[in-house]
Amino acid sequence: MTKISDSPVKFAVPRLTYKVWRVWRRNFDVFMKTIRVNFLPSLLEPILYLVALGVGLGGFIQSVEGMPYIDFIAPSLVAISIMYGSFFECTYASFVRMYFQKTFDAIIATPVSVEEVIAGELLWGATRATINSTTVLLVIAAFGVVSSPLFLLVPLIAFLGGLMFASIAMCFTAIAPNIDFFNYPAFLLVTPMFLLSGTFFPLSQLPPLVQTAAQVLLPLTHVVNITRGLVLGRTEAFLLLSLVWIVVVTIVFFVLSINLMKKRLIK
Amino acid sequence: MFSSESLISAHDLTKKFGSFTAVDHIDFEVYKGECVGFLGPNGAGKTTTVRMIYCFLPLTEGELSVAGMSVATQAREIKNMVGVAPQEDNLDFDFSVIKNLQVYARYFDISKAEAEKRAKEQLTFFQLEEKKNVLISELSTGMKRRLILARALINEPQILLLDEPTTGLDPQARHLVWEEVRSLRKRGVTIILTTHYMDEAAALCDRILLMDNGKVIEQGRPSELIKKHIGADVLEVDNDEKLLQTLKAEFPDAQFETFGDRIHVFTTQPHGVFERFLEKNPFTNVTIRNANLEDVFLKLTGRGLKA
Repeated sequence: MTKISDSPVKFAVPRLTYKVWRVWRRNFDVFMKTIRVNFLPSLLEPILYLVALGVGLGGFIQSVEGMPYIDFIAPSLVAISIMYGSFFECTYASFVRMYFQKTFDAIIATPVSVEEVIAGELLWGATRATINSTTVLLVIAAFGVVSSPLFLLVPLIAFLGGLMFASIAMCFTAIAPNIDFFNYPAFLLVTPMFLLSGTFFPLSQLPPLVQTAAQVLLPLTHVVNITRGLVLGRTEAFLLLSLVWIVVVTIVFFVLSINLMKKRLIK
Repeated sequence: MFSSESLISAHDLTKKFGSFTAVDHIDFEVYKGECVGFLGPNGAGKTTTVRMIYCFLPLTEGELSVAGMSVATQAREIKNMVGVAPQEDNLDFDFSVIKNLQVYARYFDISKAEAEKRAKEQLTFFQLEEKKNVLISELSTGMKRRLILARALINEPQILLLDEPTTGLDPQARHLVWEEVRSLRKRGVTIILTTHYMDEAAALCDRILLMDNGKVIEQGRPSELIKKHIGADVLEVDNDEKLLQTLKAEFPDAQFETFGDRIHVFTTQPHGVFERFLEKNPFTNVTIRNANLEDVFLKLTGRGLKA
């Protein structure tokens, strides 16, 4: 009697092939089909924020770190759209595909592995982040906020940051018993990041302990740092640290999320 | 009709989910070109076995090879040559009927032009052409089953796994599926199907593997199994103690089983014995029929309802 293993799944670095893109392409095809309802509303949101917060609220604020308030928040809007785009794609949308539509089960019956399905979902989440944030970038450019050609690098950061948020999101999807579960990460993680990552006011306003926590623990802080630096042309050495932080966290959660999903899907 | 070359080979195959043993140390072979039916009550382990064959579920113990390749190490190669029509509906709700086939073909690296050609052929055969551009949510149950079957054929598989392919289908659609299964078998495709319908198994399968509680409890050709376990004819009559004694006296070699309010008498004697008996002893509510696979199934797996 050959005993293979107690648990069918062992923690491993995922082995991936080009088949990942077949899964990515499936999601891309769905996106293209529904682009009118999926994409156009996302144009309106940054305009609302810029008008309400940048122009409206910004009228009461002299300047922040030596720049007009609208300049301070505009790059944050790009960073926030990176987070939202990938996080919601790889929680709610992935969960619907996995749990309700059984799309993953159907794909796994073809020469595509579980790892490749999840990696395809993560890369698609990163792509959504890139598409959404590039739209926001164009909107803030139209408002005259962009002041450096370095802004052209933002889509690259969007993809990387998007992959990070997608990977974190997928960990929640792997353990979600039902779709309502996502209220927890949405309110306990995404909303605090939205407000406390140096998005709408400088972190220096916060008590030192909260400040440190925001810098060490909140992924969005680092994405905001870099997008602000690139959009406004304020490149400083600490941005490199943020970049390294993002790369490391992305790798860790990319591998972790695929393993957790394998554990969930392979019985 | 089929060669003696074993295409799927299971030794000591076992699948446990936690402490529950779904498939319990089974051995079986499927030969190239044959159509094998896995029969058994709900929870017998049929679907679990099929899912291990297409590498969806890893094995707990034992060995399973497909075309000489191990499911543990060569899943991709195996999945390339296998077509799967699962029991549950996992069509892609985000796409139309034809796009479902095209996207599925892409997972197999089938070129766009070739995928389009095959998709059209399948839709024509399964009479889904008119629904080509319709979303999945607008299809009837029968159409969905047919599309799942069409999808399973898109990679022109050498092995086709059909998990309850006709559940929920009307008789017309069922016969359409049977026709396709027969024509695929003629083309040399090896087919494994699970079913609850005994007429389906008898009509399509060269060989039956009867499963119960995770074990293969009997296997063989449908006609052999009927002959071995039941005999030729069955007489069914309302349950009555006096009548049972009369019948037992008349047919000492026959087998008797009481199912609820009916007595079943199985005999291996030539056709006609029951008829001659009835001419002399006219009962009401009596049926004489050929023994069938359902008799075998109920006899071997019991009449109680399963999970």
